[in-house]
This record gives sequence, structure tokens and C-alpha cells, in this order.
Amino acid sequence: MEIGWWGVLIAVLGGAIRIGTPFLFVSLGECLTEKSGRINLGLEGTLVMGAMTGYAVSLHSGSPWLGVLCAGLAGMVLGALHSWLCSFQRVNDIAVGIAMMLFGTGLAFFLGKPYIQPSAPRLPSIDLGGWSDIPQLQAALQINALFLMGIVVAIALAWMLKNTAWGLKVRVVGESADAARALGLPVDRIRILSTAQGGFLAGIGGSYLSLYYPFNWSEGLSSGQGLMAVALVIFARWHPIGCLWVSLLWGGAAALGPSLQSVGITGGYYIFNAIPYIMTLAVMIITCSPRRTLVGVPHELTVTR
Amino acid sequence: MPQTLNKALEPFLIIVGSLMVSMVLFGVFVASAGADPFEVYQTMYRAAFGTTFSWQNTLIRAAPLMLTALCTALPGYLGLIIIGGEGAVVMGGLVAAIAALAIPTAPPMVVLTTMAVAGMVAGGLWLIIGGALRHYRAVNETISSLLLNYIAIAVLNHFVTSTFRDPESLNHPSTHHIGEANMIGVIPGTDLHWGLVLGVVACVIAWFLMHHTVFGFASQIAGGNVRAAQIAGLPVGRLILIICFLAGAAGGLAGMVEVAAIHGRANDTLNANYGYAGILVAFVARNNPLAIIPVAVLLGGIRASSGLLQRAHELPDATVLVMQGIIFLVILFSETLYGRFSRLQKQGVS
Repeated sequence: MEIGWWGVLIAVLGGAIRIGTPFLFVSLGECLTEKSGRINLGLEGTLVMGAMTGYAVSLHSGSPWLGVLCAGLAGMVLGALHSWLCSFQRVNDIAVGIAMMLFGTGLAFFLGKPYIQPSAPRLPSIDLGGWSDIPQLQAALQINALFLMGIVVAIALAWMLKNTAWGLKVRVVGESADAARALGLPVDRIRILSTAQGGFLAGIGGSYLSLYYPFNWSEGLSSGQGLMAVALVIFARWHPIGCLWVSLLWGGAAALGPSLQSVGITGGYYIFNAIPYIMTLAVMIITCSPRRTLVGVPHELTVTR
Repeated sequence: MPQTLNKALEPFLIIVGSLMVSMVLFGVFVASAGADPFEVYQTMYRAAFGTTFSWQNTLIRAAPLMLTALCTALPGYLGLIIIGGEGAVVMGGLVAAIAALAIPTAPPMVVLTTMAVAGMVAGGLWLIIGGALRHYRAVNETISSLLLNYIAIAVLNHFVTSTFRDPESLNHPSTHHIGEANMIGVIPGTDLHWGLVLGVVACVIAWFLMHHTVFGFASQIAGGNVRAAQIAGLPVGRLILIICFLAGAAGGLAGMVEVAAIHGRANDTLNANYGYAGILVAFVARNNPLAIIPVAVLLGGIRASSGLLQRAHELPDATVLVMQGIIFLVILFSETLYGRFSRLQKQGVS
């Protein structure tokens, strides 16, 4: 059956889910971290470390789900390290983020050297496209359980931030550390916990890369998703449900180049691949302004100062 | 103790102390990976500084690091954290190669001068984007400069695979070769190319500019307190743009040197992480352009030892990345120590 340009649309929608899932996890992690008033640029390193850990554990244990869990735990350790360092006076969270990015990727490449060749068990996918005879649609609707979990996490996180005592504490610490101290809240401990939980989510996002799509472990696996998450969260106005839509949008944008290639448009391949970065930059230019603060921004955040 | 000496001594002691702590932590790391840390350090010393050959190897790697460190160090005077050195290198190298190919019949000196100017302008304009977005749109300069790195690499890959591709570069898409006659030569009596001299000179000029001119003084004031600088009538926006241009020009020059002294063509080898290592150099040197020179040599040595570490101890090539990461984290942590020791000293005196 000839579907022509519809094929591009289907591939973009499928890509939105397939490529958007790691964006979703890492931006949810960044969202929680930023809500507590810290920015973690090191999630790029966390993502790579999560990808390596997930792949290695899956290979050794034979269970990809155990790999996902361990990837989260590895991310949690890196997140805790980041926020522990930042809790000292005059230690800049953005600079530590850059260092964590280099440290995390370096450590992952070091430990992951033996895992470049062997093939680990893959995360299973759920087939939602069995009703259709169009192979492209069937391929697009092969959905990983992690995507569905990501939706649940997004909803749960939004609810938790809004309705629970813990969520309120996180928001107070992110709004004003002084006010939080006046209330007797342990500012550093709340931030360390939030950043560690954020790292856990980012680590899971990394395991999706190595265990589902693109499903391998190599040194070029991540291409800045952890970094773009910071801008995604700004675009999502620090709201977990917003992170879901923005991640899908970014996934779709990233799928545009390869989809167009499938219908014979190959010119500007690299430029199409750069669309997510260009979009991220454009969004930051449009949403930021020197004259007003952003809607929904946690006021302790250095990124908007 | 005189105040000025004290002022210089504190950062020196803290930085040297941090490097030693990093060495201990890295030693523990390699020991847990099954290697003898003392032997590893011996190997690293031999590979980096043991012989004339290894010194040359180290210095060749240090040259671009001096230039890319300026990409982060100069905006640092204004309180900006710009990490777009990688993008500036890539754009500088690409535009320099294109400029050389545009004037195929010109004499070598003219070609090299054109390349240097073109590369510096390209790198400078590329980093100005980050500075301008910061000043006029309040876009965080760290994130925008990092995104610009990825965009620069995409632009490079686009042009070397399409418009400017040498059809003979089959497996590794590149521009045409700029011509052997146009390559930067070596310093007589060594295997070192002149890029090292350019790096040292650029650092000295940057130091003079920032510490001994009115422009540098104004930048330091603007970096200390933007509001105070604006009240004093300083053109903060113009300072940001000029500093970002100079920073990017240094990176663009590094890209031009990579093309004109090493590869002869522009291709994706320009994206060799010199930009990211330069960030570390700038942080360790606390943005001081003169301190950048020895720190770049030190880091160049660490990077030069990667190959021998692999052969002698079967440690993966990412070992030096881990070491860089550890140094980076410890140096940032050491920021919290400033001011604590001087207080101790004062108490001791009184």
C-alpha cells in the first residue's frame, strides 16, 4: 500500500513517542530538581551513566528491568553527589553541573568499555498497532512500557508537588531558601533528596536509550538530551504535564530528518538533525525576557537570574 | 605577611592542594580498577614530561587548550559562564578552511593571515550570539552556548558533506586540502608548530588587556556588580559583546590552527573536545590568562598520557576523562575554602 506523505506523519508521531521517552524522563528529573531551586546541568552525564549501567546489568543478569532499576540507582548517586557538592558555600551549581557532565560521561566510557560489543537483552515493547494492516503504523505503535510509566510518573509528580506535604516543602525551598529556613525546613537535605530523585529519573531515561531505542551501548549514544532537558523544563513552565507534551514535541522534531529521508528527501540531513537544538534555543529566546520573570519559575533558580 | 603576597598565595595553595587531593582520589579509583596507582602516575609522568618527545607531544596538545580556555576565562571576568569553546573552534576551523580555498593562488603568508582573520571573526561572531542573547533576552548563556556547540557541529557536517566536500574524501567527508605550501610550519629545531606560540601570546595579551587597561578594569567592575557598573555609566552591553567576541576569536584561532597546522582540511576531527577541556583549564586557572599557560600544559600532559596508559596498564582511553572529571569536581569544591585560611591567619597574628 502506497501511503507517501502520510508515512512521514506517521513516522514523526511514532518518533515523538520513541525518541521523546528519554526526553520525558530526563525533563521530569530536571523539573523536580529545579522545583527545589537547583539546576543540574550534569543530567547529561547521568543519562550516559544510566545507559551504561542499564546495559551492563541487563547483560549480566539477563533482566532488562533490573537494568532499568540499577540505571536509576546510578543516576541517584550522581544526583546526590551533585547536590551535596552544591550545598557548600560559594559552590556554583551550574559549574558543578558542567563538571558532573564530564565526570559522568568519562566514568561511563571507562566502565562501559567491555560492553560495546556484546548484545544485552532488550526491553520488551507493547504492540498497540495490531489492528492496522499498514506496517508503518504498526511500527509507530510499538510502544515501550517505559513510555507509559513516564506518563504515570508525570501525573504522579504533578499531583505530588501540588497536594502533598513533601511537594509543598520542595516548592518552598525552591521559592525562597530564607523563608524555608525560617520555617525550620532542612533546605540542603530537601534539595539533596530532590536532586537525587531527579537523577534517578534521568538514569532511567538513559537506560531507555541503551535498552530500547537506539538499543546499543556506544560512546556516541547520547547527544545532548540531558542538556536540552534544562530548556525543555523552561518551556514546560516547570510543570510535569507540560514536560510530557514538550518531550513529545521534541521527539517528533528529532524524528523529522530520518522520516523525510525515508521519502527521498536527503538534502540537509545534518541540519534536520539539529532541529531540536535550534528549537530549544528559539524557545529560550522567545520565552526569556530581561524585563519580567517567567511564569512558574522557582525563584531560587540561578538559571533565570 | 604582606597583603599582596597573601592574596596570591591563597589561590595558589588551594589549587595545588586541590590537585593533590584529586591525585589521591584518582589513585584510589585506578587502584579499585586493579592498577597500581604509583605505577600509573609514573607512566603518566613518563608519557607527558619524561622525554623531549613526550614534552613536544604535551605542548602540541596544550596549544589549543590555551586558546579554548580563553573562551571561558574572558567572559568569566564579567561573571558569565560560557562553555561554547567547542562551537567556536568548529566554526573557526570551517570558515578558515573555506577562506583558504577561496584564494588558491595567493602567496602562503597571505593565505595564512586570511585564514587566521576569517577563523577569528567566525569564532567571535559565533560566541557573540550567546553574549547578545544573555544581555538582550536574559537567556542563560551557559545553556545557549552549549546548544550552539551542537548547532555548530551540525553546520560543519552539513557543509563538509555537501557544498564544500572534496569528492575524493570518500570515507571521511572533508573540504579540499588547503595546499601543503600553505600549512603552518614547525618552530626550528623542534617538531612543534607555531600554534603553541600563538596560544602563549594570546594568553599574555588577554592578561594585559584584563589587568592593565581601562577596558579590563571596567569589565572587572561589571563582573563584580552589574547594577553598580550601570550606575557608573559603563556600557555593560558593549563590554559583554566585545569580551564574547574576543573569547570566540581565541577559539576560532584554535580551529584555524588545527586546520592549518595539523589536518590541512576542515572535517569532523575539529570536534576533538578541546573546547570542553578548555573549560576545565579556565576553571583551574581561576580565569587568570597567565595561569592558563601552565594549567594547559599540565592538562595537555594528562591527555598526552592516554595512549601509553592504555598500552602499559590496559586502562581504557576514558581514564584521562575520569581524571579530568575528578580534578574539575575537586577544584569547584575548593571554592568553598577561600577566605577560611586568611581568617585563621588574622586570628593568629592578633
